[in-house]
Amino acid sequence: MANMRADKVAMPEQAPDVRNQNFEEVALGYTPEMAMEEAARCLNCKNRPCVQGCPVAVQIPDFIALVAEGKFAEAADKIKETSALPAVCGRVCPQESQCEKYCVRGVKGEPVAIGRLERFAADWARTHAGNTPVKIEKNGRRCAVVGAGPAGLTCAGDLARMGYEVTVFEVLHTAGGVLMYGIPEFRLPKAIVQSEIDALKDMGVTFVLNFVVGRSETIDDLFADGYGAVFVGSGAGLPTFMHVPGENYNGVYSANEYLTRVNLMKAYQEESHTPIMRAKRVAVVGGGNVAMDAARCAKRMGAEEVYIVYRRGEAELPARLEEIHHAKEEGVIFKFLTAPVEVLGDPDTYLVKGMICQQMELGEPDASGRRRPVPVEGSEFTLDLDAVIVAIGTSPNPLIRSTTPGLDTNRRGCIVADEATGITSKDGVFAGGDAVTGAATVILAMGAGKRAAAAMDEYIRNKN
Amino acid sequence: MYKILRKKVLNSNTTLMVVDAPHVARKCRPGQFIILRVDAEGERIPLTIADYDRKTGEITIIFQAAGASTQQLSELPEGGVIHDFVGPLGQPSELEGLKKVAVVGGGLGCAIAYPQAKALYEMGAEVDLIAGFRSQDLLILEDEMRAASTRLHVVTDDGSNGRKALVTQVLKELIDAGNSYDAVIAIGPMIMMKFVCETTRPYGIKTIVSMNATMVDGTGMCGCCRLTVGGETKFACVDGPDFDGHLIDFDESMRRSAMYKAQERAAMAHHECNLHKMEVK
Repeated sequence: MANMRADKVAMPEQAPDVRNQNFEEVALGYTPEMAMEEAARCLNCKNRPCVQGCPVAVQIPDFIALVAEGKFAEAADKIKETSALPAVCGRVCPQESQCEKYCVRGVKGEPVAIGRLERFAADWARTHAGNTPVKIEKNGRRCAVVGAGPAGLTCAGDLARMGYEVTVFEVLHTAGGVLMYGIPEFRLPKAIVQSEIDALKDMGVTFVLNFVVGRSETIDDLFADGYGAVFVGSGAGLPTFMHVPGENYNGVYSANEYLTRVNLMKAYQEESHTPIMRAKRVAVVGGGNVAMDAARCAKRMGAEEVYIVYRRGEAELPARLEEIHHAKEEGVIFKFLTAPVEVLGDPDTYLVKGMICQQMELGEPDASGRRRPVPVEGSEFTLDLDAVIVAIGTSPNPLIRSTTPGLDTNRRGCIVADEATGITSKDGVFAGGDAVTGAATVILAMGAGKRAAAAMDEYIRNKN
Repeated sequence: MYKILRKKVLNSNTTLMVVDAPHVARKCRPGQFIILRVDAEGERIPLTIADYDRKTGEITIIFQAAGASTQQLSELPEGGVIHDFVGPLGQPSELEGLKKVAVVGGGLGCAIAYPQAKALYEMGAEVDLIAGFRSQDLLILEDEMRAASTRLHVVTDDGSNGRKALVTQVLKELIDAGNSYDAVIAIGPMIMMKFVCETTRPYGIKTIVSMNATMVDGTGMCGCCRLTVGGETKFACVDGPDFDGHLIDFDESMRRSAMYKAQERAAMAHHECNLHKMEVK
């Protein structure tokens, strides 16, 4: 008999005024009892609407049924059949717009907490059973993966399982991409990401760090080196700036820079050499997950007042609901329908002093289908600040496209690739993730990496 | 891990290291840079490639101990290892077609001016190399620079070696003496590059500078190294490091590069203090 409680079983969290002072994980995860209680809310629908909402088609009712029976390791194995990074997805997927959006229980009350249960199963397996070694029959063929972010890691994992010798090339000194440099420790502990990467290494995937594909070697060089197919998952790393006056004052950071200094370069640790401004009054411009991450990091780095400055309304915020909720609880102040006009700085010290903002109102829908923000005349006001973090998006790095003849890109600099297969205009080159879509989510990148792995396998087998 | 094959102290605070890095040496070209980390917890330090050998896979770097991280790097022994070493990064210098060039180096900038001069000289260009130092004891690479130029002009601020003059004075005299340069290449402190650009501007001589901005990743990801070139925002790491000096807002770049100076000095003092403690122990 299903548990007919209307609400999700709550997940324990650090108290807001405690956690906004530390970098420990905010959400603490279910206990086995909580997980079994929540799993019992699943009706195990015949038509499985939740599965259709998952970009990598995790067999959700099946794994939840296993959790309900207390078979946690088996539940984790069920998820791993289709998802390479369950502990990561359980934490960072926007479940409310994917699997949970289609959950029948959501019609009257809250949907089943699929994300929390996924996280629970993955964490339980990691801490109790360890990563189960996968038996792999090598086929003696080689594939290269460019970029060790979510798309590349997923693609590499699937190819390795099929028996390929996979080499992942990564330009940074750490594999993981945005999971390492972008998403903060308090939302996605780096030990979890590292454990997923170690699992790939155990499967025989080779990681070559500090390697600039496009400069150290081009994609054509990789084919010459004997790789049968190449997957490009180089992401969308180039930050977009606002192009308002004063943007180059000291104290204006791209979210990429701020988060990279804090996360990858560990500026949050006392003993770190990484320089960073300990700003007291910070405005983060943007309303996505990256903006929430930056705002919450700034708070933890000692800021007294942190604003989110977003030009549309609360309903339009693209961030996950949980991030918005957590940010509010931690004391981040939201300035909706507000757009930056100019950053003010001290002419002598060149440091940020404030930002002139403008009130907006929502007009007609724009190309994205969301109502376009229109400035309200005469509504300018000034926020006193000592740092501004710009989190309004990123675009693909031009390095691969500028060094790979025959690889078509679109006007936005994204690689043109078939959605179902990742096939690009260049023979043997597949692509997926943010490098193709522009900045999107971890799970969409993983889905693309997965589909590309299948297509690469087919390509190589047809060729031989 | 990347092995330090040779190490040479060039002056009291400048060190040369030859590093085993075939993945960089295979394709790098003058003007490009690498990023290294001394250890697993280290900062990412960008350094322009001073020399390379494709056959042996060696990369030469020359650096000054300016902060805690570069100080730590300078303390690594020959035969020791550098934790991370990535490159080549950035756009190579565009040297093709230049027949007569004045290359201006200031202080540590000479370490990067030298390979540019060498590349040009080997391509058959006539090279006036103007090298400026604060004083004789800071002079580096004199023989190398002499071998890589048609004429070497050494100047020092205090006259302790060569002429007592600023590099801009020498450059102006050479231009006024009738030398017509296809380009002037200036590498050194930003203030020097700014004044080299002001010197050449009235003559309309194309002037290329190498912008050593503050960076984190060096691959276009952070935007920390941004600068204004001809009114547009550019990233030194992927659009540069070479730019048309006449279009750069140097005043902005100088102030941006000063952002972490205080923290760097504090970290350096802390590092020295720790070293001192170790010695006392």
